[in-house]
Amino acid sequence: MGFYFAQFLTGLASAASLFLVASGLSIIFGVTRIVNFAHGSFYMLGAYLAYTLVDAWQAGPFGFWGAVIIAAVAVGFIGAAIEFLLLRRIYHAPEMFQLVATFGVVLVIQDLTLMIWGAEDLVGPRAPGLDGAVEIFGELVPEYDLALIVLGPAVLGGLWLLFNRTRWGTLVRAATQDREMVGALGVNQSWLFTGVFFLGSLLAGLGGALQVPREAVSLLMDLNIIAEAFVVVVIGGMGSIPGAFLAAVLLGEMNAFGILIFPQITLVMMFLVMAVVLVVRPWGLLGKAEAAARPPSGAAEPPLRVAGGMMRWLAMGGLAVLLLLPFLTDEFTLVLLIDIMVFALFAASLHFIMGAGGMVSFGHAAYFGLGAYGAALLIKFLSMPMELTLILAPVIAGIGALAFGWFCVRLSGVYLAMLSMAFAQIAWSVVFQWYEVTGGDDGLLGIWPSEWASDKTVFYYLTIAVCGGGIWALRRILFAPFGYTLRAGRDSALRVDAIGIDLRRHQWFSFALAGMFAGIAGTIYVFSKGSVFPDEMSIPRSVDGLIMVLLGGVQTVAGPVVGAASLTLLEDFISRLDYWRMMLGAVVIAIVVAAPQGIAGAFLQLIPARWTGREETA
Amino acid sequence: MLDVADLHSHYGRAHILADVTLHVGRGEVVALLGRNGAGKSTTFKTIMGLVKPTSGSVMFNGETISGAGSHTICQKGLGYVPEDRRIFTDLTVMENLEVGRQPEREGAPAWTVEKLFSVFPNLAEMRNRPGGRMSGGEQQMLTIARTLMGHPSAILLDEPSEGLAPVIVEQMAQTIGALKSEGLTVLLSEQNLHFATLLADRAYIIEKGRIRYEGTMADLAADEEVRAAYLTV
Amino acid sequence: MTNVSNPVLAVRGLSKSFGGVHAVADVNFFLDAGELLALIGPNGAGKTTCFNMLNGQLPPDAGSVKLQGRELVGMTPRQVWRLGVGRTFQITATFASMTVRENVQMALISHHKRIRALWRRTGDHYADEALALLDRVGMAEQAERACGVLAYGDLKRVELAVALANEPQLLLMDEPTAGMAPQERIDLMALTAGIVRERSISVLFTEHDMDVVFAHSDRVMVLNRGELVAEGSPAAVRADPLVQEIYLGAGSTFGSDEQPAATTTADAAAGGTHA
Repeated sequence: MGFYFAQFLTGLASAASLFLVASGLSIIFGVTRIVNFAHGSFYMLGAYLAYTLVDAWQAGPFGFWGAVIIAAVAVGFIGAAIEFLLLRRIYHAPEMFQLVATFGVVLVIQDLTLMIWGAEDLVGPRAPGLDGAVEIFGELVPEYDLALIVLGPAVLGGLWLLFNRTRWGTLVRAATQDREMVGALGVNQSWLFTGVFFLGSLLAGLGGALQVPREAVSLLMDLNIIAEAFVVVVIGGMGSIPGAFLAAVLLGEMNAFGILIFPQITLVMMFLVMAVVLVVRPWGLLGKAEAAARPPSGAAEPPLRVAGGMMRWLAMGGLAVLLLLPFLTDEFTLVLLIDIMVFALFAASLHFIMGAGGMVSFGHAAYFGLGAYGAALLIKFLSMPMELTLILAPVIAGIGALAFGWFCVRLSGVYLAMLSMAFAQIAWSVVFQWYEVTGGDDGLLGIWPSEWASDKTVFYYLTIAVCGGGIWALRRILFAPFGYTLRAGRDSALRVDAIGIDLRRHQWFSFALAGMFAGIAGTIYVFSKGSVFPDEMSIPRSVDGLIMVLLGGVQTVAGPVVGAASLTLLEDFISRLDYWRMMLGAVVIAIVVAAPQGIAGAFLQLIPARWTGREETA
Repeated sequence: MLDVADLHSHYGRAHILADVTLHVGRGEVVALLGRNGAGKSTTFKTIMGLVKPTSGSVMFNGETISGAGSHTICQKGLGYVPEDRRIFTDLTVMENLEVGRQPEREGAPAWTVEKLFSVFPNLAEMRNRPGGRMSGGEQQMLTIARTLMGHPSAILLDEPSEGLAPVIVEQMAQTIGALKSEGLTVLLSEQNLHFATLLADRAYIIEKGRIRYEGTMADLAADEEVRAAYLTV
Repeated sequence: MTNVSNPVLAVRGLSKSFGGVHAVADVNFFLDAGELLALIGPNGAGKTTCFNMLNGQLPPDAGSVKLQGRELVGMTPRQVWRLGVGRTFQITATFASMTVRENVQMALISHHKRIRALWRRTGDHYADEALALLDRVGMAEQAERACGVLAYGDLKRVELAVALANEPQLLLMDEPTAGMAPQERIDLMALTAGIVRERSISVLFTEHDMDVVFAHSDRVMVLNRGELVAEGSPAAVRADPLVQEIYLGAGSTFGSDEQPAATTTADAAAGGTHA
């Protein structure tokens, strides 16, 4: 009995930090409509800063709390500075560009942190004055945990007062609904936004700083917490601070008790809780249905046109060059080209649901990884031939997408993005932790193609056939009623329903189909490398896919191919350098700021319409 | 008081203002008439700084305001009542008014919550009701009251009669008449000629982003031809 | 005209409450083949709730809705659509990134249950049928233009063609002329009236523009606080003192019979306050 109560208190204590991070995320999203991927980085920065400050001012309890507060405020200022310098330039960019730009910030902060604090995990001191334990029902409970248990509700109350009893809070709530109108009523929105960013970042920094006595400070903190914070926000309801609190407690308790039964089960339980909540309350425990979004002010996408003569010749020419290349180059180039084709198919499958369907999956790597791991496991455990796995592994990926997609299509916009990412993170965790089957961090090795395809050149042709064929098939589907129905749902869900189409079901099938094509890419990938690691389904891999699609331009059908080629070449080049993440992040940010249409999109604007068969828009 | 000269602006692809010039004198009620999509709302949004003009100028109280942010323009005493009301539906009536509150300014009618409630008696009875649970007519009253909380010396009133039952439109006309007698300058956009006739001193007619007619309401009433050309076809 | 033995639509005892408030209370009416019936009333009177119950979007608390004798209560909007009930919206809802023809083709493809076809190009499905419908609403010349660049009045015509794609028996039109210029309204309603008469389609429509209502409806019903308070010919309803008090007012803000020129604008974006 006493033990369970102590475990319950541990759950409450760990909920505190999670709540701080999630409420900050929610507040920032409410006003700026930006899902700040870098929010986890603020949390991490808070922890590192607090570690350093506590270390410097060790004397006395004031030193500890002073350090925590200064670290939190400092992170608040860092957040405000990022808002001021970067986000202000992209408030009018499409949602997904903003997400990707903030992921660029994640990469930059990750490498900066690495530069300053090094790669080693840092273990902070306990909080002076709270370093003992209290006996409750015969169990020792750390005093620090009790302090956190009090702190969570105190912050919740403070935020409630701030938002409901002050003019600033009223303005923030008004801006959450209609920021342009708040401006037209004489309120300087820019400062309101910066202020909100300051507050949100401060909360994240505080959450991180408070964790220093409880866990080692590491470079993994940012992506770990952001995935959890997304789950909290989805369960609690976007924009609801009490909802975030409730969900954080729920998750904290689940972790505290789940770990007793079977550590891996916590992940499955998280999945189940999320599933139940979303089925019963699609907008989260305390969330409200999103008001019908104002129609996007940007110009509608022009109608799809069958490629014009010139583009068709270009595609044919490109294919001919690809077929001839083995006679002209070395094996190294072929390997790079295989990578490019694999990622082109991966990006094309993401583009299918993202461009045509308007469903932005932030966890598309899950299906790439399911294809890769599916193939690897079929070979390892069932000794299946490559030919059969090429068919079965994508089916496995498709089934995974069918299961996850069932939930995802119930949401839209950023909610869908966050949920898909949470699912991918769950899949990643399972692969990462289930050592006996997946080999965990060590991956699965020795997955080679069949004898006849083991020669690089032959495998290269196989890749052209499978990936090229996949891209072509996706394109056909896009132009057929299936793809048009998907586009129709994106343009007007109301009208689709009114002409007797079950949109959700159609989106669900599309999601699964896209997952299957991503699985095909993953299958080819594993055979080209001979091994597979959890990284193939991690968040950075998912974001790679998004960057490829955005680089190529969401509205261009040829975009994913261009995007995949550009990013693969870029990564191939810079990953040989130190701190390449920072450079990649900077490049991503620069692209979002400079070319929101993507490379292919910008290029299309330059070439005459008759080449591409586009209609000139007035 | 408000001088718009040669205003050009682009908004999306379809709505473009070309060469809009108009003038509103202190204490006047001027109607901007035209059909849907003629450019009325775009004109207002451009004056208000919500849409950036490509060329032309807007002067308010002798100061150039074109190019400034909308909050700056509002702070100079120009209030904006949008066509689709844009009430903060999660906020109560009192909170909606609070968002609109600005410091008092000289030379403009000053408003208190109580004074507004005497002009809009319906609102007084629902101080703590969320904006989302009000009827269309009540919301229209609230959006005007909210703008008045900024003590504007002039307001842009975008289609106040839109979507309201005829009986409520009549009430609205009386209320705006009361604001006029407080000394407020009003630029009013309308499709409803009957409604405009009840209130306005002068009218402009806009069509395809250009001003096609300018005259007093009496002149317009007498000019069958213009009405037929721009308002009914 | 009210009392027909075999009505297209028969509504009996339709009721719905939200949190104890009667949004629609015991509404009864019939709709004959080829008839245009207008439903008017103040904002929040329950018009939208009523519509939503007719097409299956909202389950009624009580009552029955029969389409040619077949009970619609309990069906989803999609099932109702398949039985031949079309609906148009206050604010146009078209596929902006498709051409006018493709918009109509999508409705035809859905009608013929071909939405999951994976291979043949969309443009090759039912192209002639789509063009024929567009020709009827006067949009054939603009068939290859994107809906995203059309004028508002033209979009309304496209929507009409889309609504005709599944050969409906009944059209529910939610403020069909909202947001249009006065002359466009009259043209659109004249077009609609022509088509429904030649195909013997019944129409139930809500409208804020009294000129449209009095010019084009065969019958008018007035809803107030969820109850039908008046029903009859346009002239009779217009002269009804109760209707004048709750809705029409003294008539100073809409056109009289002699002067059907400028009119009250319709409820394009009434805010989400319908009961």
